[in-house]
Amino acid sequence: MAVIIPARLAVVEAKLYLREPVAVFFAVVLPLALLLVLGAAIPDFRKPAEDMGGYRPVDTHLPAMMIMLSVLTVAFSILPSVLVLYRERGVLRRMSTTPVRPISVLTVQLALNVATAVIATALMLVFGNLILDVPYPRMFLAFLGVFVLGSVTMFGIGLALAAVAPNSRVVQGAGAGVMFPLLFLGGMWLPRPLMPEVLVVISDYSPTGAFGQALTDVFTGRAPSLLHLAVLAVWAAAAIFAAARWFRWE
Amino acid sequence: MPIITVENLHKRYGEKVAVADVSFTVDEGEIFGVVGRNGAGKTTTIECVAGLRTPTSGTVRVAADLKQEVGVQLQDCSLPDKIRVGEALDLYASFYANPARPADLLAEVGLDPKKKFATLSGGQRQRLSIALALVGKPRIAILDELTTGLDPQSRRDTWELIERIKERGVTVLLVTHFMEEVERLCDRVAVISEGRVLAVDTPAGLIARADGSDRVIFRTTGSVEALKSLPEVASVSVVGDQVTVTGNRDVLHAVVAALPAGQIADLRTERTTLDDAFLTLTGL
Repeated sequence: MAVIIPARLAVVEAKLYLREPVAVFFAVVLPLALLLVLGAAIPDFRKPAEDMGGYRPVDTHLPAMMIMLSVLTVAFSILPSVLVLYRERGVLRRMSTTPVRPISVLTVQLALNVATAVIATALMLVFGNLILDVPYPRMFLAFLGVFVLGSVTMFGIGLALAAVAPNSRVVQGAGAGVMFPLLFLGGMWLPRPLMPEVLVVISDYSPTGAFGQALTDVFTGRAPSLLHLAVLAVWAAAAIFAAARWFRWE
Repeated sequence: MPIITVENLHKRYGEKVAVADVSFTVDEGEIFGVVGRNGAGKTTTIECVAGLRTPTSGTVRVAADLKQEVGVQLQDCSLPDKIRVGEALDLYASFYANPARPADLLAEVGLDPKKKFATLSGGQRQRLSIALALVGKPRIAILDELTTGLDPQSRRDTWELIERIKERGVTVLLVTHFMEEVERLCDRVAVISEGRVLAVDTPAGLIARADGSDRVIFRTTGSVEALKSLPEVASVSVVGDQVTVTGNRDVLHAVVAALPAGQIADLRTERTTLDDAFLTLTGL
């Protein structure tokens, strides 16, 4: 069952990906700009904050949120939209009449979107460090591990959305409809330490609450909690199962 | 030895029967048409042949590698808006072991490789779709409704393209509901109605089967009594000064020979067309 990815397919899909500047803007430019602009414009973000355990938000909470924003944008919005559009317009069906299997397209699209999130994250780490003196994560391997686990979870949920959405209009609406509440639970607008207790519990068990807190923890130099890693793993398993179970090529 | 054999094909979606019982064979090198009204089961039939759908029962045998040697053009399949014509052909060419040269195909279908898919007209998209079906140098081309929605000029251009494909020895399985297309292109046709085959024959054979009679229509002031006794004539009817004579293929000569010169005006003949034959066969 090896999936052979024709090099030409990867090249053409990459070109098509770059021809949609909106995608790259929301996944790369917007989170990076928000990190730098908010970090530079809001003095409180550069002062040690008591509810952040004495760390500067710009070193911990802010980059964690912006990395999550980038991953969610590609995983919930860009990837599912393209896959459902390809299914709706018969692009995948057409390909299934050739020696190349349509799962190659899915694999290439997944790789492109993962690459986008990785590039956006790398740019945020580098420019955050150069411009705002955000230190690189001290536990770099732990940071990588959390990033990979969180990305697997978010892309799994995105693929599950693409699997169950009947058409591209629905998947775009559903992607946004899922993304904003999840960003909220992740602490995007109301950091978890400021959340009421009930909300913290809900956040703990949500994929973004777990991802956001685990990222914040590794930026702070703390090990992420086992609860959050387990929550991410369970969401990942459930989402990937759903995607594999219900994904249709036509 | 047929290259495609379909035997008692039956395809059902839940309770809905799409194809009841279809059998036919296609010989190597011929253009075989599948005709029928909308919803007759044509598309489902050829999608089973192309391996895109699994028959509920019956057998489909194709003496070729379905992926490598069969090129398929489907209805309702498009490409990403921003892909260029040349990129699409290069991409599909890369899928096959021994592809045609994309540049040659582009010249043949007359498309600009720089154009993006979204900017192509309906006819151009259709031609690109055909080019994609041919880029793997298939032994069999399966084409579904290839000229539906095309203007008359594009339709004729497309027919010429199909004739050139046939000259290269490619077997073509063609779904259509244009009788003109069948008459122009097909060596043989299967007429399908409500999921069953009504007839498999050459276009001329179908016409002969339906009703072989010719009609001669003219105006005259003289008597036409003499025509009734001619062996070529089946019936004569007169309305005012207009006479309609039916008979076999020689009826025109018989009528002209039997009546004095100068007495006939506005003479024309009507033959049974493939359209008539199709309507007769499918019950209208």
